[in-house]
Amino acid sequence: MKATDTHRAIETVWRIESARLIAGLTRIVRDVGLAEDLAQDALLAALERWPSSGVPDNPGAWLMAVAKHRAIDRLRRGKRIEQKHEELGREIEARRSSDGRDLDDAIDDDVGDDLLRLIFLACHPILPTESRVALTLRLLGGLTTEEIARAFLVPEPTVAQRIVRAKRTLAQAHVPFEVPRGVELEKRLGSVLEVIYLIFNEGYTATAGDDWMRPALCEEALRLGRVLAELAPREPEVHGLVALMEIQASRLRARSGPSGEPILLLDQDRSRWDGILVVRGLKGLERAERLGGERGPYRLQASIAACHARARAAEDTDWRRIASLYDELATRLPSPVVELNRAVAHGMAFGPAEGLRLVEPLGAEPSLRAYHLLPSVRGDLLSKLGRRDEARAEFERAARMTRNAQERRLLLERADALGRGA
Amino acid sequence: MRVMVIVKANKDSEAGILPDRKILEEMGKYNEELAKAGLLLAGEGLQDSSKGARVKFSGSKRTVIDGPFAETKELVAGFWLWQVKSREEAIEWLKRAPFQEGEVEIRQVFEQEDFGEALTPEMRDQEARLRIGGAK
Repeated sequence: MKATDTHRAIETVWRIESARLIAGLTRIVRDVGLAEDLAQDALLAALERWPSSGVPDNPGAWLMAVAKHRAIDRLRRGKRIEQKHEELGREIEARRSSDGRDLDDAIDDDVGDDLLRLIFLACHPILPTESRVALTLRLLGGLTTEEIARAFLVPEPTVAQRIVRAKRTLAQAHVPFEVPRGVELEKRLGSVLEVIYLIFNEGYTATAGDDWMRPALCEEALRLGRVLAELAPREPEVHGLVALMEIQASRLRARSGPSGEPILLLDQDRSRWDGILVVRGLKGLERAERLGGERGPYRLQASIAACHARARAAEDTDWRRIASLYDELATRLPSPVVELNRAVAHGMAFGPAEGLRLVEPLGAEPSLRAYHLLPSVRGDLLSKLGRRDEARAEFERAARMTRNAQERRLLLERADALGRGA
Repeated sequence: MRVMVIVKANKDSEAGILPDRKILEEMGKYNEELAKAGLLLAGEGLQDSSKGARVKFSGSKRTVIDGPFAETKELVAGFWLWQVKSREEAIEWLKRAPFQEGEVEIRQVFEQEDFGEALTPEMRDQEARLRIGGAK
């Protein structure tokens, strides 16, 4: 094997193994920063040895053995680790005395997989959101600091600093390496799902730039979601989120035209939707439904997305069902944007007058003041009601508000189509 | 990128003999690993070719040929569809499969730049409405 091939093979092994490696090491040394250092040491050893020795048959086990060896080395001579060790001892003592069942519980914890613990650690709510995102991509996605920086269009040192600070915060707060339980689990899981969906949307909505790393974020988020669904199979919201992402990702290639112009959902060529992802999404939703319980926001959004996915043509869309799902979503996740979408759905299901009735109160909503979709939706409903002058004024207003050239053109076209004066 | 991993037939699979329990268990474990790594999109095992058929095309003429088909080693006996970052990752994962003999093929799936240039900054505002589930 040529040296470059070996390097590529090592890189691949690293991508596959690093998360599990760091997770296993964190359980041993109880410090995710140190665990990452040890894993990196093992990677360096592989880079040194594998080009001459060849890639071992079980590269993951090889890396783990080297890393554990280094851990012991450091334990023997490193002061830092000695302290850690003492701290660890104290921590265990403290836990034993406070609740003798903790350690036993940790051992037979049925979802207590190291990888799952690592996900919960990286997404811990004591960290600022952007740090959770960076740390998750770094530790679970195996992305380099540079790749994360490129994906989020921020300078590399910023990302590096976020990660360093995050690891320090976790260490200083003595955040335990465990899967939370009971009431705590729901809250913490919310944070994990939020981080994954943020990563997905960062790739999906492409806020700026056209770097290849950005679409890759969608794939990374989907991968993380699928991993989580395997690790925490009894959590309906996890399956809900994965289903939502699968169905949204299924439309990626249908949602823009040849020159990059956006194509609205109802105008998309549905034959271009990715059938495999649609099927996966619908199956994921079924899994969530089978688990029962109250429908959470991700499951509801996935159900809405599924209504569109099931409709062979836009005209077949079950708008009554979508409207009722939005009603439910509005109570679970009240927000002006949800309200606006609810109004659109009701407009489609029960006629434009009904939609307009729900849109009216949103005019006073401060968070929607600069949101061009509000006048755009109003314009649409008014034009369906034949109130052409008012509709035109709304479209023109929306056109002034959007910062997007393509969209502005579209809105002005709609305004023009309504004619001048009455 | 997506790859299709194609498992070829052998005498046993063509004779309709199911793998023994140990192999099935190992394969089950391997499939679980693939799923836990988040890369398994789909995968199926195929029944022997005696239950299949071929349709032969010649101009406007169609001829149906019933299985079984002779060239055992060229027949497909099963497949996986994996979402991977690179060809190397697919190779690395396939090397971990519990096969004892034969050859398994990796082929890259064509993708219509679906994660590529289709995503432009212009799509941002459109997505604000799709994100929430896509009413409009």
